[in-house]
Amino acid sequence: MSSLNSSQGDAEIADRQDALRAHHAELFMPYYETHWKSILWLVLAAGLFIFGISSLELTFARIFGGIGELGSMVLRMLPPDPGRFNSYLYAMLETLAIALLGTLSAAVVAFPLGFLAARNTTLNRVVQFFSRRSFDTLRGVDILIWALIWINVVGLGPFAGVLALFMSDLGIFGKLFSEAIEAADNKPVEGVVSTGGTSTASVRFGILPQLMPVLLSQVLYQFESNTRSASVIGIVGAGGIGLILSEQIRTLELQQMAFVILMILLTVSVIDYFCSKIRFAIIGKSAL
Amino acid sequence: MNSLDLQSAAYAQAVALKRRQLWLGMVVLLVCVLVSGQIAEISFSKFSQHIGNFTSYIYRIAHLENGQSVLSDPVEWFWGWKKWLALMGETLLMAYVGTLLGACAALALCFLASKNITPNNTVVFATRRFLEFSRTVPEMVFALIFVVAFSLGPLPGILALAIHSTGALGKLFAEVVENIDMKPVDGVISTGGTWLHKVRFAVLPQVASNFASYALLRFEINVRGAAVLGFVGAGGIGQTLLEVIRKFYYADISALLVMIIATVMLIDAVTERVRHRLLGQERSS
Repeated sequence: MSSLNSSQGDAEIADRQDALRAHHAELFMPYYETHWKSILWLVLAAGLFIFGISSLELTFARIFGGIGELGSMVLRMLPPDPGRFNSYLYAMLETLAIALLGTLSAAVVAFPLGFLAARNTTLNRVVQFFSRRSFDTLRGVDILIWALIWINVVGLGPFAGVLALFMSDLGIFGKLFSEAIEAADNKPVEGVVSTGGTSTASVRFGILPQLMPVLLSQVLYQFESNTRSASVIGIVGAGGIGLILSEQIRTLELQQMAFVILMILLTVSVIDYFCSKIRFAIIGKSAL
Repeated sequence: MNSLDLQSAAYAQAVALKRRQLWLGMVVLLVCVLVSGQIAEISFSKFSQHIGNFTSYIYRIAHLENGQSVLSDPVEWFWGWKKWLALMGETLLMAYVGTLLGACAALALCFLASKNITPNNTVVFATRRFLEFSRTVPEMVFALIFVVAFSLGPLPGILALAIHSTGALGKLFAEVVENIDMKPVDGVISTGGTWLHKVRFAVLPQVASNFASYALLRFEINVRGAAVLGFVGAGGIGQTLLEVIRKFYYADISALLVMIIATVMLIDAVTERVRHRLLGQERSS
């Protein structure tokens, strides 16, 4: 009796399953039928990866040989040696000075230009188009390339680094500022105008209060990222700690190099920490 | 004093406090700027004396050796286009392989760096510090070291890009994972799924499109990075660019720059479209 019952139950379950299958056919299709597009993309991506590895000559022998060499280099880095500490410290200060001046000057210049490149405040479409494209070009050239160009103009040294950061930051800030201006709410402006305010007043009291926190937080964020950039532009001779670093690696003073890398890490972390503190203070915890 | 007076007095006080803070901040900033100006050897006289060099530099890179504008003879301007295009292709492949390796490593590590998926605090802490280390050290520094260990060529460049991408993407991925809806995870756990089941069936479907979008953004950044890694001998078009800049082959400088900028803009435009589609898919589903 019980076996009969259970076989009846089985049949019922099978019926239900068939009904389910019929009703939700797409859920019971094999994976490759529903996701053939994703699978195709994955195969293409993997194929390109394999092509890249073979054409760039990434052989296992080279990779493992290199990892062995890297391991012995890391061992030779220990313990980090503060070598000529004072000159390292000065170079680090120089790096920070380059980052600060590059970021700040770019922000000051990009501020008025941002209004030209924003759809709602620009003079006309042609001006907007060309300022946008100029910003794109400035951004498209890497900081290291700008540094090489400015070294030709003002000679080796940190001044070239400041100018290099200025150029590429101008492109970045121009784009970010104009986007922030475009995103500004127009209602406060209408409010100011409705009380008889002039157009200057409408910018000062309608747009600036919305804009300032966004812009400041972008400037602070860029300052963080520029501290990193400023620590490598010395490699091409544009001042900062990068010069010391590239000299040390060339002469294989690995212990001193490890110390300098730790200094960079520490400085960048400290800058990150303070910048995010200030950012929080400006935009308020509630905004995040 | 009525309450209105009290309020206006409090308002005036609050405003005065804000003004004082602003002025104090300004003074601190001004001091920093002046000190930095000294340290960074800013010299306006040098700048104004030599700014002519900048304009003449721009003029010279816009002209061929025979004095004609580069636009007058594009064939002569891009005389080495076969070689340069091959180098540009190498640069793109380096960026691609580096980004993919970095994204895979980040994918493996991001779950270990997310508090809601990995209950073990030590693992989370250690993974996060590792990611932080790999994104704080600039990729150029990694490249410098790897060039010594792996010898010249694209390999050290790819590894430098991969490590830096691991750090940058790992952090972003972990942030995405920490913001997921936990209900599917509970569902998988309730049916007795393992850790891997949890990640595969509950987490990945929620985060995949975001991950792909971040990885594409990173690819964009890495194309720019790969173009200059050659400066330290780590492969790509950078080595040739450094050479022509150092040897003052002016027309070649502009030709290479135009190629790099055009490629970067093209990649930007393509990845932006793909990213919008990816994120749009997520929103509609």
